[in-house]
Amino acid sequence: MMANLQELLPVILIMAGVTFLTRSAPFILLSGKADHPMLQFLARYIPPAIMTLLVLYSFGSVEFATSPFGLPELTAAMLTVGTHLLWRHALLSICVGTAFYMVAVQQLI
Amino acid sequence: MHVLPAAWRASLPVMFGYVPLGMAFGILFQDLGYPWYLATLMGLLVYAGAAQFMAVGLLAAHAGLIEIAVSTFALNLRHVFFGLSMLDRYRCSGLKKLYLIFGLTDETYSLATSATPPVAGDPSDYYFAITALNQSYWVVGCTLGAITGSAVEFDSTGMEFALTALFLVLLLEQWKAVRTVFPFLVAASCGLIALIYFKTQMLLVSISLSLILLVLRYRYSGNS
Repeated sequence: MMANLQELLPVILIMAGVTFLTRSAPFILLSGKADHPMLQFLARYIPPAIMTLLVLYSFGSVEFATSPFGLPELTAAMLTVGTHLLWRHALLSICVGTAFYMVAVQQLI
Repeated sequence: MHVLPAAWRASLPVMFGYVPLGMAFGILFQDLGYPWYLATLMGLLVYAGAAQFMAVGLLAAHAGLIEIAVSTFALNLRHVFFGLSMLDRYRCSGLKKLYLIFGLTDETYSLATSATPPVAGDPSDYYFAITALNQSYWVVGCTLGAITGSAVEFDSTGMEFALTALFLVLLLEQWKAVRTVFPFLVAASCGLIALIYFKTQMLLVSISLSLILLVLRYRYSGNS
């Protein structure tokens, strides 16, 4: 037990330190500059860009070339978007899409 | 903290994603022969999903500390760009701010940039509650996975789609808030290029490219 802890603690601490470094860098380097017009501009337009990229990234590992050709993912995504456009209730949209996806990958394929 | 009910509702989708993903990590992690509480400790101190999964692979291959540090850095470098757009929102100070920065995962960033804090109450309390709830889901997932191992009864295959669905919903919300095509168009183009040419570092490459284009756009188009 102690050997495990001694072996892994440095790994955990270094990973924690490096991760915090990447998350805190802009706050340290740009402290007090939040009112700069360019940062205001970026604060407005980075979130939509990153959300687009996170969606693309989520679909990046889907195999569209082989069966089932990404159909579970695409259908679940369309259900999520459709539900959200109809009721604009985030949790409902997410539950509908996720429930369909779970049934699809566990039962249908 | 009367912001708690609103934060809880906003963070629920992350729970559906973090608990099964954290459990998947815990299961892989205890397969390496480590005691369960080290998975808990990792969720508490590191709190970076992709990096923790990567660490399982590196630990299994007996990678050195420097290799682990460099890989973690490369994988998490995208977070630098998250902070850029949070300077204004995370204006509080002290330990609360330190924790907000520490907990700035992809999902927490997505919620904090899309959700509107309740009118009553301090916005930073709301962001703090979301961050802490999200981390608690992750830590619970890591711990459960490591304790139960692969003997879990409930088949949660596919539940991680909740995070994809969350990003989709927040993308729609961003569209409703911004109503301008160019950030979406810029990101979609950069994202496709990165998926084709730089798949292993897709997010870092595509976020960097998008940022460069957004800065150019700011420089050369009347700063609107």
